[in-house]
This record gives sequence, C-alpha cells and structure tokens, in this order.
Amino acid sequence: MAEFKWPELQQRSVIGARLKRVDGPDKVAGHAKYSLDQNPKGLLYGTMVRSPYAHCKVTKIDISAAQQMPGVKAVKVIQKEGTEIHWAGDEIVGIAAVSECVAEDAVRAVKVEYSPLPHLVLDAPEPKPNDVAEDTGPLSEDDIWDALSNQVPANQLIPRIKSDGITFKPEESHLKEFKEEGAPDALVEAIRNAPQHLDVKPKPKSPYKRAGEKVQGDPETAFKEAEVVSEGYYGVPVITHCCLEPHGAVMSWAPNGKVEARISTQNVSGMAGQLAGPLGIPATDIHQHQDHVGGGFGSKFSPDRWAVVAAELSKMAGGAPVKMFNDRRSELEVAGARPSAYAKVRIAAKKDGTITGWESNSWGTGGPGGGGAPPLPYVFDIPHQRKQHIAVATNIGPARAWRAPNHPQAAVLTMCPIDDAAAKLGMDPYDVFLKNIDYTGPRAKIYRDEFAKADELMGWKKNWHPRGDKTPGPVKRGLGLSIHTWGGRGHASDCDLTVHPDGAVELKMGTQDLGTGTRTSILAVAADTLGLTIHDINLLIGDSNYPVSGGSGGSTTIGGVSSSTRRAAVQAINQIYEKAAPALNAKPEELSAKDGKIFVTSAPDRSLSWKDACAKLGAMPITTRGRNPDKEHPPDLTNSGVGGVQMADVSVDTETGIVRVNKMVAVQDCGLVVSLTQAESQCLGALIMGITYALYEEKVMDPISGRMLNGNMEHYRLAGIGDIGELVVHMMTGPGYDERGVIGLGEPPVISPGACISNAVANAIGVRVPQIPITPDRVLAALAKGGA
Amino acid sequence: MKTRDEEIAPQNEQTESGVSRRDFLKISSIAVATPMVVGPTVVRVAGEEVKVWGPGAMPVTLNVNGQSLKANLEPRETLLDALRNHFDLTGAKKVCDRAECGACTVLMDGKPVYACSVLAVDAQGHKIETVEFLTRGGAGLHPIQQAFVDHDAQQCGFCTPGFVVAAKALVDKYPNPTPEQITHELSGNFCRCGTYAGIRRAMGERKGA
Repeated sequence: MAEFKWPELQQRSVIGARLKRVDGPDKVAGHAKYSLDQNPKGLLYGTMVRSPYAHCKVTKIDISAAQQMPGVKAVKVIQKEGTEIHWAGDEIVGIAAVSECVAEDAVRAVKVEYSPLPHLVLDAPEPKPNDVAEDTGPLSEDDIWDALSNQVPANQLIPRIKSDGITFKPEESHLKEFKEEGAPDALVEAIRNAPQHLDVKPKPKSPYKRAGEKVQGDPETAFKEAEVVSEGYYGVPVITHCCLEPHGAVMSWAPNGKVEARISTQNVSGMAGQLAGPLGIPATDIHQHQDHVGGGFGSKFSPDRWAVVAAELSKMAGGAPVKMFNDRRSELEVAGARPSAYAKVRIAAKKDGTITGWESNSWGTGGPGGGGAPPLPYVFDIPHQRKQHIAVATNIGPARAWRAPNHPQAAVLTMCPIDDAAAKLGMDPYDVFLKNIDYTGPRAKIYRDEFAKADELMGWKKNWHPRGDKTPGPVKRGLGLSIHTWGGRGHASDCDLTVHPDGAVELKMGTQDLGTGTRTSILAVAADTLGLTIHDINLLIGDSNYPVSGGSGGSTTIGGVSSSTRRAAVQAINQIYEKAAPALNAKPEELSAKDGKIFVTSAPDRSLSWKDACAKLGAMPITTRGRNPDKEHPPDLTNSGVGGVQMADVSVDTETGIVRVNKMVAVQDCGLVVSLTQAESQCLGALIMGITYALYEEKVMDPISGRMLNGNMEHYRLAGIGDIGELVVHMMTGPGYDERGVIGLGEPPVISPGACISNAVANAIGVRVPQIPITPDRVLAALAKGGA
Repeated sequence: MKTRDEEIAPQNEQTESGVSRRDFLKISSIAVATPMVVGPTVVRVAGEEVKVWGPGAMPVTLNVNGQSLKANLEPRETLLDALRNHFDLTGAKKVCDRAECGACTVLMDGKPVYACSVLAVDAQGHKIETVEFLTRGGAGLHPIQQAFVDHDAQQCGFCTPGFVVAAKALVDKYPNPTPEQITHELSGNFCRCGTYAGIRRAMGERKGA
C-alpha cells in the first residue's frame, strides 16, 4: 500500500525530475487563450471614463450624449456626483459599445466636471515631525468612507474601530450604505458595536501617520558601548506590477440571472464569492473560467471594479458579453503598486563584526491607505533595536501585494546598512553576514550551506576586493550579496482524482497556473504516485466548478496543490491495489506502481498493465478527494520557512553612471523540489525581475499634475534580454532539504536582488547609491558626493 | 533599405494626385464616426478628384497567413485590433499598444513589425504572418517553438508568441546567430516573468531552422 508521505529519493520517478512544462506547446503556438483573448459572440467592448485629477470631487456628470451615440449599448455612472476621488485614473463612468472605436468616442462624449483638491504624490522626502498626526483616535463617518473607497483592508480597519471607536451614531441606513460600498459583514458589525465618542471633534487630516515605536533589548546601551557605529539613508520607491495581460474581464450577465466570468485572476476559486456581494446574486449563479493568466505577481486576487462594472454593463445591454480591460497607461496608473520604503538606519557593532544594535526611522506609502511597516531589521534578529515607522497616505493609487510583500524593501533597508557597516569595519561583508548568522534563528545552518555554495559559484572569496575598485579606467567592478527568507506553507486545496475502468485518469482542481508550472507540478505528483507519465493524466484546472483550491499568492500554491494531489492519488492507487491484488496473487500492501504497471514489489515480473489493473475496478470509475491540510491523512506534506543567498557582480561606468550586471548567483532552498526545471525558471525569472527593480523600475509621479509621468512601457522600463548578464541558479536539494516537505518558491528569490545589486555597486564605486533603482543620474550624484 | 515607417508613409503628400495631410485633417474633422460603412468621399485636390476613405468603416482586405480576410474597419483600427477583434487571431497580444514591448510582433512581408503600430488599412497588399502561421494546418511545432518548450523559455506565456515571431525573423536573417545577434534582434521584446535565460538557451541550442 502506498503511504501518504513523500516517496524517498530512489523511489521518485517524476517528482524532482526535469520536465517540459505541459502547457508550453499551447503557449508557443499562440493557441493558449487568456481572458483578454476571449471573443464570445455578440461581444461588446468596455472602457472607462477616468479622473484626470489625483485628488478631487466629482461635481457634475452628463452621460446623455454618450448614451445616444449609435453603437453605445450601456453607460453606467460608477462614482456619482459628490464623490471624492483619491487618485488619477480612478473610474468614474463605464461604457460598453459595439467596437473599441465607438467606445473611445463615447468616452469623449461623457462630460464630467471636477473640483480639484490638493494632492500628495511625493513620498521620498522625510516627513517633518510637525507633519505627523499625533494620535489615531476615534473615526468619523468620513474616515470610514475614505477607508472603504481607499480599499483599506477590513482586517486593518476592524481592530482600529474596536479599540478607538467612532465619533457618530451608526444608523441602520448608514450601515446598509457601508455594506453596499463593499464593507464585509464583520466590518459592519464592528461599526455597529463600536464604542461611540460623539463629543469628539473631527481632527485635521494629515497624510502622515505614526506607527507605534518598537523597542527590543537595550538599544541605548548598545549604541553607547558600540565600537563602530555606521549610519545611512536608503530608499525603495513605489513600483507597479506591470502584468503583461492587464487587469480585466469578459463578463456576461444573462437575462436568466446567471453570470459567466472570464476574469484574469490568480484566484479562480475565490471569484464567485467576491462577486456575489457587489452583484447582489448568489455565488452559485456565477461561473468563472480561466485557462491562462498573463501575469499577476500579487495584484490579481479580486474581481475588482473592472469585472463588476463589466457585469453590470452586460446586464444593462441585455446580457451581451462585455470585455473590460485596462489599457497600458491605466494598468500602470491604477492597477496596483508595490509600497515604497525609505529609512535612516544606524547600526552598532563590535570590531570583530558582531552587530549589537539597530535603530531605524522608516517611512513609506502604500497609496491612499498609508501602508504597513516593512519587517526591520530583516532576517537578522539583532538583540537591541529601536524602530519607528511613518505611513504616508498619498494620491498615487492603491497598493497591492507585490511578489513577497514588504520583503524586497526590507532587504534593501537591512542588507545595505549591514554592508555599509562591514565597509566601515574594514571587513568582507561575507564574513560579517556569517559572523551574525545565528541571529537568523533556526535557518542559520541553511544559510551557512548556501553561503558556501554561492561563494563557489561566484568566486566571491577569490574576487572580492574592499570597497572601491582601484583598477584604472572609468569602469569599476564590484561584488554584493544579500540573504532573504519567506514562509511558503501550502494553502488549502481540494482536488478530485477519477480513475476510469479503461485506465483514463482525470484530475480536477480549482487552482490556476500563473506560469509558475503549477499544471506540470500537479501532474508530476499524480504521475509519480500512480506510476504513470505526466501525459497519461488529464488535468483540469481554472474553473469554479472544480474543487476549491486557494489563490496563488505568497508562494502557497505548490505546497497546497502538491499535497492535495498526493493524498488523492495515494487513495486512488490503494483502491486499485485492492482490486488488482487477487489477480496478482498478492496482498494489496505488497504492490507497487511504476512505468505504467502495477506489480508485486518483491517480484516485479508479477505485474498487470495499468489498463488491466484499472479494468478490475468493474463498471464504475472511482473518484478520490485529496485535501490540504488533512489531519486524517498524515503526515503534513508541506512546510514553511526558506533561506536563500544571492550574489551580484556588476560593472559601473563612472563617466555615464550606467550599471551593468555581469553575473548573478542565486542559491535557494524550498524543501522538496517537485519540478526542477520550473523551480529553476522561478529563480531565473526572479533574478531578472530583481535586476529590473534594482536598476530601472520606478513609478515616477508629477507633483504638479499628480499624474504618473511614465505610464507606458518605454519609460516604465523593464529589463530586456541584453540587460541580465550571466545567471546561475542552484537549488538546494537532497538530505536536510527534501524531508522538510514542499515549500513555496515564488517569492523568496525575488527579495534579494535589489540589496545585492546595490551592495555590488557600492563595492565597485566606493560609495552608496542610497536609492534604488540605481539609475545613471543617481550613480553620478552619489559619485559627486564622494567616491572612487 | 527602407524602414517600415518609410514604406507605409504616404508617398505622395505633395504630388498632384494625393491628398495632403492638411486636407485629410479637414475631411476627418467634419465627419462623425459611426460603425457603419461609409463610402469614399470624393474630394478635389490640386485639380484632381480623389477618393478618400473614412472616418467610418471601410471595406478592408488583408492577406493573413495565406488567406484573404475581409472586414469593415475604421481607418484608425490597427492591424493588431483587426487580427484580434475581427479575425480571432489572438496569438499576437495587446500589451503596450504603442510599439514598446513586442508582444504583438507579426511578420509583414517577412519582416517583424509591431502590429499595434501598423494601421490595418496600411497593411493591405502586404503579406502578414502571425504566430498561428507556424503551426498552420495542424502542423507540429516549428523548431523555434520546440526549442522554447525544450528550454522552458516561457512562464505566463503572454509575451511568448511575440518572442517566437521575433525569433523566427532572427533566424531567417541569421541562420546561426551569435549571442550578440540574438540579444540585438530580440531586444525589441519585453518579458515580465523573466524568461530571457531560457530564450537565450533556446536560441543557442535549437535544432533545425
């Protein structure tokens, strides 16, 4: 009988092997259909009238001319007169028309008047103490409306309402309006039961909000007794997701009340539930399907206004499907951004490289909602710390989770200061990082192993030089390193595996493949367990009619889908062993499955082909349900917590300021690797994405107009094929890693490149370029202040 | 060699039989766009009568993947929108819509162009090949496509068809490209997932054409 635990190395036939991704042929042929590619019969084209102001009130809307245009099928006011708008590009009116041309003309025919309000779009300047709002205090009704329209998460808002209370009496009619605006029930309840402070006057609004100061140990003494104190300023600006398939959906709302959804999403199973409230219909009347998604990176978990409005326009147009996708400018302007983080950091150290103290004053923005503090100091739990964070509410559009939320920022704000401290100590940062590696806790050994491997692949110890390349000529070369961590435990996942008497196998799961190789990995686990190849199994994913599987975020997918698949497949193969055992004159527990055969483990000659074994099932197929988590079918197959070490080798032209990456090394663990080639591809892709945000990416805002200045792909620059240098990836596998179980991999390798490249640039030119992206102007400015 | 822009630019802006840019603007400003087909307007320019199409839809014939495809399109519609919206050829992707990212790359008379930045009316009379052409008639993958699969040169896959077409143009031009030629010829395409390492391997180690 097969056990649920992962097979030992020598028993694995497909798990951990090098596989060609199963959806590769469809993608290279151009046959893979994404949501944007859906062209159902009678399709209408949706578009939006958007606010040109970063902060304003809508004073007048006239849609009558647009409504009367030939070819315009539906016009809907989304944010009515009187609404306060908090970012440029926000949607005011939705339109559906017979062609993109007519829809464009209709946008021009809609007349909207605005009353502009003051805006804040610059977050990099350090907040002045006087600007920072004193206390949080009870919330006014306006505060709550603002929070709702700014998409402040309910799990942030509810504790605040419970602890600080409200300044108004919540009438039932108000609560109903909150609910209609999208407030979840828990939030409405919190408002209903909140302590009321009716005498408190509304406080003047400030965009700056101070988070509580956090102190650990005795930082005062640590800095007083430090042998070396290093200090610096570091910054990471807001960047966008820039998914190549923009956010959007094709929606049809048939007259019978059923909604067909083709939303570009990372969260197939979550769409119907999230749409039910805004559309006012049961989730069971909503069907979502998606075969492929053109990038999400954390920004595509919700149906968003685009899908909701598309559905409403479809209903108004009698049920014709409506395609509503952002154009590129809107995609970059409104469809999510990674919060910024800036900090002044001090580090206290001993002469031997031991770090004793940390002090940071950080600030940053996640858009109108302010935003959370990055986890500082990152990875290293320095014994004595004092840290303070200020959230800056800006009019740049809302933040969304961006691959490894807050970690890339925290890596820059921690690994760069430590690198500067190493330089001040006159030590190799490799030695300083290792000297303090026990601060990383239980993963110290993993980091030690990974440092050794990275040194071997980069030739760090052989090639490293102290800060400032002394070789003659304008081009300076340097090395930098960084480390990171991530959780990555598998999410909840259900699947159904059906084996038919003719040997056909089908696996259904409501998950999605973001291009990470989820399909290939599920098939690897199922094939390995059933003794088949990945081409013997028909995998069906991407549909809300399949068993529910979690959204693909936070590196939770691989652990979830591999665990549920393993449990379903083990149960199925055990049922087949039961049926096949008599024919093989053996007990079920004496059987194994491999190479398309069911055989007696001790006498492989006694075997049945897969087909013949399945024929023993009789007339009816069997279906097994795999679950994760599943305490009834131990052991736990997924785990949490990875390390990862990266190194960069860069050249900096000190005359032009241009930085080029010569080589990057990523050494990464993720427990048991399910599909090796796709795991390496995740790391390679993360390095490239990392090079992009280290050197090029920034959402540049115009303080005068409040608009994004680089809302296109010419000036919102991604790295190209000529920008990446040599990339070396090494996955840590084998004893010490495999037995941990499956751990997620999407986030971890994208965390370190910014810090790593920044440190390499500092090593090359002898001076820190404080902010990423490290653009030529910033390099030249840093050199002008003093460097090699 | 003429650039793509020169080839599709009006040849006759100052000649007697042509419509000057100023005349065209005058004509377009007086009409209201409708989805219906509007016959050509006859205008007198520099002493001659000429037919001017648009605004409003006009019959357009495109030679795509060896087939003659007809649709009524407005003169402002791009080749990309024509392919995707009218002929359901969705391999070429709409990403930047202004000639920056390469996701919509198709071949026009054998040369790679950004379909988002060619007007459909201007593509008439040219031979257009999209990514779908490579596997026409149920043919198996082209060696370049197979190399992309073999070297895992794709993740989400949204940029992939554009890269495949650009790579086809690359090997048509340089059957055995050097790493520098690969980098140069594919630098007009962007990928967000970061598949360049796989693409480099695919181009370097591909078998066959």
